[in-house]
Amino acid sequence: MKTIQVNEIIEAVEKLCIEANYDLGADVMLSLKQALTTETSPLGREVFERLIENATIAHEERVPMCQDTGMTVVFVEVGQDLHIEGGSLTEALNEGVRRGYEKGYLRKSVVKDPFDRVNTGDNTPAIIHYDLVPGDELHITVAPKGAGSENMGALKMCKPSDGLEGAMQFVMDTVDKAGGNPCPPIIVGVGVGGTMEKSTYLAKKALLRNVGVHNKEARLARIEEKLLEQINKLGIGSQGFGGMNTALAVNLEVYPTHIAMLPVAVNINCHSARHKEITLKGRDE
Amino acid sequence: MTEVIRLETPLTHEKVAQLKAGDNVLISGVIYTGRDAAHKKMIEALASGEKLPFDMKDQIIYFVGPTPPKPGQVIGSAGPTTSYRMDAYSPKLIAEGLTGMIGKGLRSPEVIEVMEKYGAVYFGAIGGAGALIAKRIVSAEVIAYPELGPEAVRRLVVKDFPVIVLIDHLGNNLYDIGKAQFERA
Repeated sequence: MKTIQVNEIIEAVEKLCIEANYDLGADVMLSLKQALTTETSPLGREVFERLIENATIAHEERVPMCQDTGMTVVFVEVGQDLHIEGGSLTEALNEGVRRGYEKGYLRKSVVKDPFDRVNTGDNTPAIIHYDLVPGDELHITVAPKGAGSENMGALKMCKPSDGLEGAMQFVMDTVDKAGGNPCPPIIVGVGVGGTMEKSTYLAKKALLRNVGVHNKEARLARIEEKLLEQINKLGIGSQGFGGMNTALAVNLEVYPTHIAMLPVAVNINCHSARHKEITLKGRDE
Repeated sequence: MTEVIRLETPLTHEKVAQLKAGDNVLISGVIYTGRDAAHKKMIEALASGEKLPFDMKDQIIYFVGPTPPKPGQVIGSAGPTTSYRMDAYSPKLIAEGLTGMIGKGLRSPEVIEVMEKYGAVYFGAIGGAGALIAKRIVSAEVIAYPELGPEAVRRLVVKDFPVIVLIDHLGNNLYDIGKAQFERA
C-alpha cells in the first residue's frame, strides 16, 4: 500500500490553479501562431497578434491571462491501491483551490446559492470528477472554466434516426448560435453517447485534450477534422469579427449508449483553454 | 494593422455619429465599469428614484469584473465579459444618456433599437486579453457598490484602450458584416 499526504495534494492543486490561469498551453500558442498565418481578415490577424501578446504578458509578469479565472473544474484519477492520509481528499482539493485563488490573485467567481448569489469568497467549491483507476498514483487535472464559454454549451437528446449527420448538425448549430460570445477562436468539446449526464461529462473531458491531438480512433478523428473544417467555414472568426479561424480544434469523445438514445453534448472552450495536470506518486509507508 | 481612430471621452453625440461598425478605436479618458450585479442595482436605483453612481450623459460603461490587483498593480486582469447578460438593463441606461458600452458578444434587437433611437455605440474589447488590456488602465477607483467586490462600479482612467466598434448608432453590426464576408458555403 502506497500513501500520499493531503498536504502534498493541497500544494499541487494550488500550483496548478495558478499555472492554468497564467500560462497558456504551448499547444494553443502554436495554434494561434498558425492561425495568424492563414487568417485573411485584417481585424482577425490583429486579434491573434493581441492574444499572443496577452499570453506573453501573462506568462512573463505572472498575472492571469483573463479576468474570468473560472469555476475550478478538477478531474482526479485515484489509484485504487493508494491510501490518502491526513484528511479528506475532497477537502484537500478544495483547500488547494482556496489557496491558489488567494495567492495567485485570481478572481473569486463562485456564488454559494444559484438564487441568492452571494459569493463564497474563495472560489470553492470546485467541481470535482473522480475516476477510480488501477495503480497507486493520483493524477490531478485542474481546468478552470470561464462563464463566457461555458454558457454557450448545449445538450440535445437526438433521436437514433438523426444519426451522425444530425449529431454534427447540432454541433454546428450550437457553435453558430454562440457566435462571438465564447471568445473565439474556440476549442469545441463534443460528447456523444452514454446518458444525458455522461455525454456532457465527455464533452467537458474532451477539452482536456491538447489542440492538434485527435481521437485515437481514425473514424472519430475524421469526424473531428470534418467538423473543424465546417465550423471554420461559418465565417464567425476570432472574437466573432469575421474570419477564417473560428475554432482551433474539435475534440470528440464517444461512449456506448441505449438502443433508443443519441445524446449529443457540446462544451465550448475559449482560446485560453486552461488545463494543467500532475501525477503524484504514492510513497511506501 | 488596420487604421486607428483616437477617441477622447466624454463620448458626445457628435463623436458617436462619426463611428462606424468595424472601426479600430483607441479610447483615452474616463470610463466606468459595471456588470451583472451593478446593472441590477442601478436599474433598481432608477426605479426607486435614487441617484445613479455617476451621471450617464455622454459616458461609457465597460462590462468587466477584474481580478484582484497584485501589489503595485493599478488593476488586475480586466478583459470584457459577455454583454448579452446586460441586455435587460442597457436600454434604460441609454435612455439616461449613456452613449457607449464596451463588452464582447452579441446584443439583443431591443438594445440595438434603443442605441439607434438615442445614438449610442457598442464597442468590443478582445475577450480573454485581460492582461494586455489592464496595461491600458491608468487608474481605477471604486465609486459605488464596494460590497460587490469585482462587480463594484469603478471609475477608470484609460490611455489608448483598444476596442473595435461592433454596433454603431445606425445599427450596423460587425458580427453580421464580418461573418457574411467570410462565410463559405
